[in-house]
Amino acid sequence: MDINQGNVLLTHRLFKTYNGRQVLNDVSFEVKRGEIFVIMGGSGCGKSTLLRIMAGGVAPTSGEVIFDGKDIGGIQGEEKEKIRRRFGMSFQSAALLDSLSVEENVSLPIKEHTRLNKEVVRIIAMMKLKLVGLQGFEFYMPSELSGGMKKRAGLARAIALDPEIVFYDEPTAGLDPVACAVIDRLILDLTKKLNITSIVVTHNMESVFRIADRVAMLYKGQLLQVGTVEEIRNSQNPIVQQFINGAIDGPIQLEDKLSEAVY
Amino acid sequence: MILKTIERTGALFLGACRIFIDGMKILLETLYWIFVAPFQFDPHRRKPLDGKAVFEQMVFMGFDSVIIVFFVTFFTGIVLAMQSAHQLDRMGGVIYVASLVTISLCRELGPVLTALVIAGRIGASITAEIASMQVNEQIEALDTMAISPVRYLVVPKFIALLFMLPLLSILGDAFGILGGYMIGVFNLHINSGLYTQIAFKFLTLKDVYTGLSKAFIFAIIITMVGAYQGLKTQGGAVGVGRSTTNSVVMSFILVILADCVMTGIYFFTGN
Repeated sequence: MDINQGNVLLTHRLFKTYNGRQVLNDVSFEVKRGEIFVIMGGSGCGKSTLLRIMAGGVAPTSGEVIFDGKDIGGIQGEEKEKIRRRFGMSFQSAALLDSLSVEENVSLPIKEHTRLNKEVVRIIAMMKLKLVGLQGFEFYMPSELSGGMKKRAGLARAIALDPEIVFYDEPTAGLDPVACAVIDRLILDLTKKLNITSIVVTHNMESVFRIADRVAMLYKGQLLQVGTVEEIRNSQNPIVQQFINGAIDGPIQLEDKLSEAVY
Repeated sequence: MILKTIERTGALFLGACRIFIDGMKILLETLYWIFVAPFQFDPHRRKPLDGKAVFEQMVFMGFDSVIIVFFVTFFTGIVLAMQSAHQLDRMGGVIYVASLVTISLCRELGPVLTALVIAGRIGASITAEIASMQVNEQIEALDTMAISPVRYLVVPKFIALLFMLPLLSILGDAFGILGGYMIGVFNLHINSGLYTQIAFKFLTLKDVYTGLSKAFIFAIIITMVGAYQGLKTQGGAVGVGRSTTNSVVMSFILVILADCVMTGIYFFTGN
């Protein structure tokens, strides 16, 4: 479990149990610096939980998340705050504070964590908004934005403090194909231009093939395969094949999907 | 059967303990952000209070509540005067309506009625706001930005209500006394000067103090219950509705309970 130069974050034998249900079962992989790492899997396979554990928001039942040479699984207090300032997170519902304008939303983490004066904070926020193509919308309230624009504003907020890793929870969920493509392009752009590492959770196969450097397939809390896009595309694993082709017949049974939907 | 009753009582008691502990945790964190964090020596750990947010909350909680407090306490003053006049008349002491109305309002009804009105108006809005932020991932977003939701959302409301509820109680006292005066002077035909004189003859500063000390405690109860119910919300729009209802019910019960305890303390210590 060494950290070599190329790895920015790695997980080691993660387990997570929620109310007696095994959500994650022995998950280990590493994320390389500067890559877009995609975790894909069906609904309820534990991928959002995995993302939250990696981002330090949820403590694993056992196992380690190594970032910067330290185990950050389940840290608390000031240590946690320090680590989280180096992460950005983009939420499925964008999670903008609806009482604040777009610009105030992006400024908020900067204002809270730096001692810069108001004017400088505003300039930084405007810069971040420009990076996601939202210049001119700074005075809009979140409720006045479309779904795609909300996601972009959330993204601007995620990169406000120049994080080392940005986590994306379903960045394209609920968007039309064009808006999806815009978000995907943005993730690619930001990752390469700002030299950050992106960890994306999604079940949208189109975006997986568009953005991923490497892909991990999660199924029922277990890691089936980790590899490059090509390796995943040519996978011999029938579950992976069924998932990327969206086939009804195969080892992933409809019944257990329905039973998951009930939960 | 008996075993089950014991089991259920125990579970209920444990649940209440857990709620109490969670509530205390929020209260301690709130106090930390008010009394410790703004005075940290290390500038990176020093977090000043957001004066603007406190002011906004004060306007919303205080100024905007004046009308509803007026209606409730003014008419209570009127009713109190009419009811007591009927009884006191039989003993030939109608004039004492004035002091009865004044003292019962200042010691008891002013603070309690105001707190109940505010629990309905402000407690519900605190819970609804925090709860809907909770179910929309906004609380989690604050957390990932390393911004304490308690500091950002609860502290301004806490400070604002701590100042505003006692002030509203004083206003409530005044409105109620005015209501009593209306009945006394225009209906019972007590001379205006005499009414005022009797009204304040038996009122001591201590009566006002006890009322105000209650208002402080009620303010803490209302904000903490509101914050607790909001932060523990789960389950979408239904969850928001449930939490808001629970918040108001819990505030009502705790306000009356605290009132009973505090009145007991004053009663048995002879204040």
